[in-house]
Amino acid sequence: MKILKSLPPRLLVLGVFGLLLLAALVFIIRRSGPLAPVRVTVVTAAEAAITPALYGIGTVEARRTFLIGPTSAGRVLRVLVDAGDRVKAGQLLAEMDPVDLQQRVEALEASQARAASAREAAQAQLADAQARHALAQANARRYQDLGQQNFVSPGVVETRQQELLSAEAQVRAAQANLTAAAQDLTRLQAERAGLQQQRRNTRLLATQDGVVLSRDAEPGSTVVAGQAVLKLIDPASLWIRTRFDQGRSAGLAPGLVAEIVLRSQPQHPLAGQVSRVELLGDSVTEERIAQIGFDQLPPGLAVGELAEVTLRLPAAPRSLVLPNAAIHRYEGQSGAWVLEDGRPRFVALRLGESSLDGQVRVLAGLPPGAQVVAYSEKEIGPGSRVQVVAALRESRR
Amino acid sequence: MISLAGRDVLHSWAKFVFTGIGLGLLIGVTLTMAGVYRGMVDDARALLNNSGAELWVVQQDTQGPYAESSSLRDDVYRSLLGLAGVARAANVTYFTMPVRREDSEVRAMVVGVVPGQPGEPGYLVGGRQITRSHYEAVADVKTGVHLGDLIRIRRHDYRVVGLTQRMVSSGGDPMVFIPLADAQEAQFLKDNEAILNERARTAANPALNRPGVPGLLESVQAAQSSNHNVNAVLVQVQPGATPEQVAKEIRRWKHLEAYTREQMEEILVAKLIATSAKQIGMFLVILAVVSAAIVAFIIYTMTLGKLREIAVLKLIGTRNRTIAGMILQQALGLGLIGFVVGKTAATVWAPFFPKYVLLETGDAVRGLIAVMIICALASTLAIRVALRVDPGAAIG
Repeated sequence: MKILKSLPPRLLVLGVFGLLLLAALVFIIRRSGPLAPVRVTVVTAAEAAITPALYGIGTVEARRTFLIGPTSAGRVLRVLVDAGDRVKAGQLLAEMDPVDLQQRVEALEASQARAASAREAAQAQLADAQARHALAQANARRYQDLGQQNFVSPGVVETRQQELLSAEAQVRAAQANLTAAAQDLTRLQAERAGLQQQRRNTRLLATQDGVVLSRDAEPGSTVVAGQAVLKLIDPASLWIRTRFDQGRSAGLAPGLVAEIVLRSQPQHPLAGQVSRVELLGDSVTEERIAQIGFDQLPPGLAVGELAEVTLRLPAAPRSLVLPNAAIHRYEGQSGAWVLEDGRPRFVALRLGESSLDGQVRVLAGLPPGAQVVAYSEKEIGPGSRVQVVAALRESRR
Repeated sequence: MISLAGRDVLHSWAKFVFTGIGLGLLIGVTLTMAGVYRGMVDDARALLNNSGAELWVVQQDTQGPYAESSSLRDDVYRSLLGLAGVARAANVTYFTMPVRREDSEVRAMVVGVVPGQPGEPGYLVGGRQITRSHYEAVADVKTGVHLGDLIRIRRHDYRVVGLTQRMVSSGGDPMVFIPLADAQEAQFLKDNEAILNERARTAANPALNRPGVPGLLESVQAAQSSNHNVNAVLVQVQPGATPEQVAKEIRRWKHLEAYTREQMEEILVAKLIATSAKQIGMFLVILAVVSAAIVAFIIYTMTLGKLREIAVLKLIGTRNRTIAGMILQQALGLGLIGFVVGKTAATVWAPFFPKYVLLETGDAVRGLIAVMIICALASTLAIRVALRVDPGAAIG
């Protein structure tokens, strides 16, 4: 009967082992598998005022960029400034090769001198013609008197008359010649002025004060008409061309206060405001474009730098708000899962604006004081078994 | 009445318990293997569930977006929205790539979603959904990131604003959700060096960099660096319309491929993971057979070790039924202990597997029945031996 004597401790050990095993099994069945409740956290919708905001990204751009280039194709002779240089309005920036313009001006100057000589000659011819005319007039008058006294034949008188008419015509011709010579001179002068203008046009001048953004052609390179040799910007006019998702751009308007975060200085947000909302959006990327001006230009701002822009919209009126993690879609409706007697029930909601930190205004549909499921370990359905816990973050993997 | 089996167990309880635990661990391995197989199938299903879609519209003649690459223009969804029966349609991109966090790197499936549209995670375990149209991410907890962390995908940093659970690709990679526009860029613009090289390559092409046409090179480069492709359009149908009907319309008139939930599951389960599932299935079968054999041998040898005691029992006139009952009860008890230990062990170690292990209750019940049947069968072998014992052996 040794077995019976030693029975209690063995039985105890076996019993404890069995109980432990059973407890582990029960624990596991409760924790996993279809019998286990889905662990969820709940929130109670509270009255709050949310500040909706718009978020967009953009690049730093100059309000106006001036492309300085020739008006006709040609070769660049010299470029006097480099990228980054400050320039004043009217300053010579670059020069195109004038090729033969100078020689053509000189040729024209010679032609002009020749035209002046031609005018002198015409003037002399006129004086000559006028002298002949005066003589012919005197002769004609004299022969007329003689003809009236019948000292000479009418044929002779008529000859003198004809001589007078001829002399008059010669005077007119000489006058016309003189006018032509003067006109020729004027034409040549104008042509010369035109060439000089063209000559000046090969000099590329700054149209306004600014900074050279880029130097796009070097001496010796050939550029076509309209191609830029230099790009100028006004550094005081830098702003941010910002793109907002069309679906999230409600309320975008000029004057909104903006918080600008440049990519180079993520720790230092800058203040600004919407200067202009472009009428023309981008239909391909489905974005709207707004220009955001800086309140104060930061030093060292680079054109083309990426910036994140957050626009604060006017605060929405106080109402019930829910975190957007609690908003679900079920059977084609937006709403939330509300706990009723420990079981979730889907409640369709009418939603309003949302803020960037994920709060959504609930306009209608939420029963007061309702416990709304915020986070859940799994997708939940109507009547799912749920267990409300304080937080899910420490949950199993 | 005295339980003979209980008395015997109490007599050599350590041996019994340790045998049971050993057997249990073996059963645990078998259950885990089944769990690995179920987990693979469940990963594929989770992928489909999480997308929240009823129809997947992909490139014509492809089985995208999960099993094959598919590329669509991102304005296709607009024309789909105009179709009768379509309630919601949203672009989505899928791209498996490394996601960097500080100094570590994790392979993840980056999903580009339109916030508030099908494709975004259906439930969260922490944080919030994406609200900004750029540079925010919702990551699966399996990536190991925390709320507020900065993760780097290609050229941009993304702030983790939300956490999900069980959002994995069919390969078990955790998902990271980012806004669609960023995902399109990430898919296309690889890194700064690649972009610079590509620009230089374009500039070196005389057809694209013609001296007489200023601006041509810039236009070509701008065209090259923008991406208006997506991998699929997720469609939800209106109440009253069936996905099959809508899919037929899309296939016929839009010249795109449209898959319903069932077809997609068929593609994923039957084609994508078929080989690896079969591999595991084969291993599971062998493991089950080996386990059964081991259980049978353990019970058989246990009985053989007690032949002398059985002979004594026979000698004092115990009936055969009582002896057979004792052996059967012990075998079933062993099986029960083994099953409980196995199930517990499998559940304990399952979460430590890198990929999801799904322990289904159905599998557990089937396992229990199988263990009991194997134990009963094995005990018949042992009973046969026990009944043939010569009572004289007790004193011989």
